[in-house]
Amino acid sequence: MTLKNSARIYDSAKRKPPAIEELLALIRYRDLIYQLVRRDIVTRYKRSVLGIAWTMLNPLGTMVIMVVVFSQVFKTAQNYPAYVLTGIIVWTTFSQSTSMSMSAMVWGSQLFHQIYLPRTSFVVSTILASMVNFVLSFIPMGLIFLITKVPLSPSVLLLPVFMVFLFSFSLGIALLLSTVAVFFPDVVEFWPVVLTAWMYLSPVIMPLEFYRKILNGLLLYINPFYYIVNLFRILVLDGFVPHLQTWAATAFVSFVILIIGWVFFCSKADKFAYHV
Amino acid sequence: MSESMINHPHIDTSIFLEDISIRYRLPTERIGTFKEYVIKIFQGRIKHNSFLALKQINLEVKQGEILGILGRNGAGKSTLLKVISKVLVPTKGRVWTKGYLSPLLQLGAGFHVELTGRENIYLNATLLGHSRDEIDEKLDEIIAFAEIGDFIEAALRTYSSGMKARLGFSVASAWQPDILILDEVFAVGDIAFQEKCFDRMAQFRKNGATVLIVSHSIDQIRDLCQRAMWLDHGEIKELGAADQVCDTYQAALEIK
Repeated sequence: MTLKNSARIYDSAKRKPPAIEELLALIRYRDLIYQLVRRDIVTRYKRSVLGIAWTMLNPLGTMVIMVVVFSQVFKTAQNYPAYVLTGIIVWTTFSQSTSMSMSAMVWGSQLFHQIYLPRTSFVVSTILASMVNFVLSFIPMGLIFLITKVPLSPSVLLLPVFMVFLFSFSLGIALLLSTVAVFFPDVVEFWPVVLTAWMYLSPVIMPLEFYRKILNGLLLYINPFYYIVNLFRILVLDGFVPHLQTWAATAFVSFVILIIGWVFFCSKADKFAYHV
Repeated sequence: MSESMINHPHIDTSIFLEDISIRYRLPTERIGTFKEYVIKIFQGRIKHNSFLALKQINLEVKQGEILGILGRNGAGKSTLLKVISKVLVPTKGRVWTKGYLSPLLQLGAGFHVELTGRENIYLNATLLGHSRDEIDEKLDEIIAFAEIGDFIEAALRTYSSGMKARLGFSVASAWQPDILILDEVFAVGDIAFQEKCFDRMAQFRKNGATVLIVSHSIDQIRDLCQRAMWLDHGEIKELGAADQVCDTYQAALEIK
């Protein structure tokens, strides 16, 4: 009987730069990523009959509350319900996926002490699973659009491109956070506080005009999340194909954050197993 | 020692360790939170004690060889196995291995209780680095070996602990390894199933796998191994013919 995989050689003296090595390992373990994403989605929806419904009820419920509370305050905003809903859907995807990736890392750390796995596996699969939930949230969004008579234009066909940016942005932030969370578990406690502040500094609930007045709009331009949510609203609500500048700005912000997060994570990844 | 003369792996080398050191940095006080860390940076109070879990280990294991590893708790045995299985990247030195290593995974780690047995096989086996095609090919054999019958389509939370252990073992041992790592007693379930586990391990050896055995039982090492290594405080105390190393180790234990 011939030995399987005999050619597979591991040599710690001949390693590629960590960021590249991790990417190649992740591609080799792509079937694992698929299984992890599948596990996240299947177990979420197996647990309760309302499983899938919760993904939709959650943003809908928040939207209803915001509309009731704020629609009198922001009278200027046109179609406030659709504005809030689009903001909340993108924000929820971002905030939940980053928080969940930290718990996935904590869960995964027991495995990192026992076997070799690409260290980014759990973070990448968590963000991918939340992209699936993001797509599911289009259903309640479509319903609200029907009720409030928002017409959908063909620009929504560009949403897959938008999702590449949302994925990159969320993954970049999640990698930065998870790296720190391995060494300092209290970051898990701390992150929701940062998220709350970040949400109120971003045009999620309050209308865009409000932020344009602050520091001549500087508050918006230094906020990476603005570029993400802005592109989503242009495609879905405004219904036109944005200028090249808008695309370039969103692409730049999300890819730079992804690269920073990836390189930082990979540079520390060897130390994870040392940390008891 | 002749071992230190080798400076590159040969054609028949299975495991090659050159000048391996593992240094853990332990803070003098436990700092568990970021808040404490920041406060202590400002106070200039962060000090580390470094601790060498392995010191300049040189070792070459040939293909098909059976090597026993002896040593007290905390001597560095599991650290050494972690280095070989790519879990720990050495602080210093070079580790080189050839082929597929049997996993050191605690049986069933990574299982999810809400998924069925079949789904868990795929999840667990991909965690061990196998591709979908490889698993498809072995699926029937894994199910048959685990002896769980129709439960394979039931959620794992309905399994007894014995069934979980059998499924875990069946997945972990489904592929012939090039390097087989036996860490303490590697058998689960009732006597009949343990028999099957030992048979499978014996089959792997017969097929030419390199074997590393970590055991507290000196007799077991004497029986199974040609060569043995005695680790003490992270250093190789003795490396040579199994009988001889076992004798000195036993003598040292009796003095204590």
